[in-house]
Amino acid sequence: MKYIGKKLATMLITLLGISFLVYLAFDIIPGDAALAALGTDATPESLEALREQLGLNRPFLQRYFEWLFNFIRGDFGTSYKYHIPVADMIVSKLPITVIMAMLSFFIMVVISLPIGIYTAKHSGKWADHLIMTVNQVMMSVPHFFMGIMITYFFGLVLRLFTPGGFVSYETDFRGFLAYIIFPCIAIAIPKIAMSVKLLRSSCIEEAKKDYVRTAYSKGNNTNKVLYRHVLRNAIIPVVTLWGMTLADMLVGSIVIEQVFNIPGIGRILLTSISYRDYPVVETIIILIAFVVIVSNFCVDIIYQLIDPRISVQD
Amino acid sequence: MEKKRAYSLNFIIGAVITGVMLVLILTGFIHTPYDITKMDSTAKLAAPSLEHLMGCDNFGRDIFSRVLKGMGNTFTIAVATVAIGAVCGVLIGAFTGYFGGWLDEVLMRINDVVFAFPSILLALVFVSIFGTGKYNVVAALGIAFIPSFARIVRGEFIKYKDMDYVKSARLAGVPKLRIIFVHILPNTMPVLMSSIMIGFNNAVLAEAGMSYLGIGVQPPDASLGSMLSESQTYLFSAPWYAAFPGLMIILMVLGFSLLADGNTKRV
Repeated sequence: MKYIGKKLATMLITLLGISFLVYLAFDIIPGDAALAALGTDATPESLEALREQLGLNRPFLQRYFEWLFNFIRGDFGTSYKYHIPVADMIVSKLPITVIMAMLSFFIMVVISLPIGIYTAKHSGKWADHLIMTVNQVMMSVPHFFMGIMITYFFGLVLRLFTPGGFVSYETDFRGFLAYIIFPCIAIAIPKIAMSVKLLRSSCIEEAKKDYVRTAYSKGNNTNKVLYRHVLRNAIIPVVTLWGMTLADMLVGSIVIEQVFNIPGIGRILLTSISYRDYPVVETIIILIAFVVIVSNFCVDIIYQLIDPRISVQD
Repeated sequence: MEKKRAYSLNFIIGAVITGVMLVLILTGFIHTPYDITKMDSTAKLAAPSLEHLMGCDNFGRDIFSRVLKGMGNTFTIAVATVAIGAVCGVLIGAFTGYFGGWLDEVLMRINDVVFAFPSILLALVFVSIFGTGKYNVVAALGIAFIPSFARIVRGEFIKYKDMDYVKSARLAGVPKLRIIFVHILPNTMPVLMSSIMIGFNNAVLAEAGMSYLGIGVQPPDASLGSMLSESQTYLFSAPWYAAFPGLMIILMVLGFSLLADGNTKRV
């Protein structure tokens, strides 16, 4: 419990720190929020009135805490460009990006586990060499180029899906899944390669330890030793990697959304950046950072479940 | 014990690929077969031929020349990024690791905050505040890379600072700065080198991603990422337009990661 408590405290501090830094960054930017909202032909009086209304005349810390409380309540402010609440812009897009990240994560775990175990079990044989060579190349492919290749081969040559023919999850959930499975594979492949490599070397490393010999000498066969003993220890560094990839996948889906023409969070983020629509940019960035930090926290907890030896000191 | 070979096969392959890439990059700095902005309306989306080794893009510009220049851009951005990250990271890591105390505590918390922030996201914040362009990307990615270096170097310094050779140096009255940079720092090199190599690869991938999104190197300057982004419209009619820039990114990263692999195994 002490462990969870300490991790929880660290997480909350990090969350506060990030929200403060992002708010500060967007507060000191050159340019005036009121001017940005009203345009250059605004009168000085209306500018002053809007500044008063937005609370821009108050001290920084006061504004930060007010903004923070509003944020926690789900009030993310109003878009400069579209003059609608940011929450309304994001709420229908968030599921797309989150589902994509989760599906990619799922694909990664399901595919990398068996391949990693297989290569570790057969290390040194030709199948292992072949898989590891392919693996090494896959690790070097940027996921958006993987996306382009998948578009070309599966979309244009094999015609398994229509590039650009995104279906909203609200109208047709199966069609939505059938489309996003391809970008998700593109996100997952480089990560699969990394986890296979790590799982393989981790298994081989564990198999050299004394307890494995003991387990064998007690009459266990290879599979029993592997699944009951070796894997439990070998999986720990892989879980760390998976925890870190969760963040990458969320950010990765922002990039991959552009490859596959998916109107998710990434699209809003990029257009908002080009319009300098700061409330939207700020909200999305903080939301993503929150998800990343919370998932890191979950990994820390899962960690201790897998390996109770990990304690506060580590 | 396994028989030790001087260099593994991976290392040799990595060295060859990286060597070829470096030669191409250097060539690109000095000379490109065509001017990278010269448009030839008769050669729009031309297929690879002896005249245009990698074909031409939608404006009739020579893809090979643009790939050479783009690789150079990616390479310099990656080197600059890693340099910023490594120098700042080493300084922060060395001082916090050696001295400890409240400064260490504060800096490490800030470090955790930045570390928790995906590097592309940090770069996006930077770009939305300061505008797009090469230098902003370098600054943003450089800052994003500091924590990982700082963390590694700090760990190494904590490991070494209470060793006997450091203690005896301290007793002999060697100044603290000299202990840090002359006595301890060289010992962290093996670990530092491999994280520099990994960092370089991450920088190449991040830069390509940013340029792909249109917030890195700005046109008409060439970059592998922005070429990929442009090529997508013509994917069906001119697949080679996408293939060559993509292939070059893969080779750059592959060569370096094979080198890094061989390097860590030798340490």
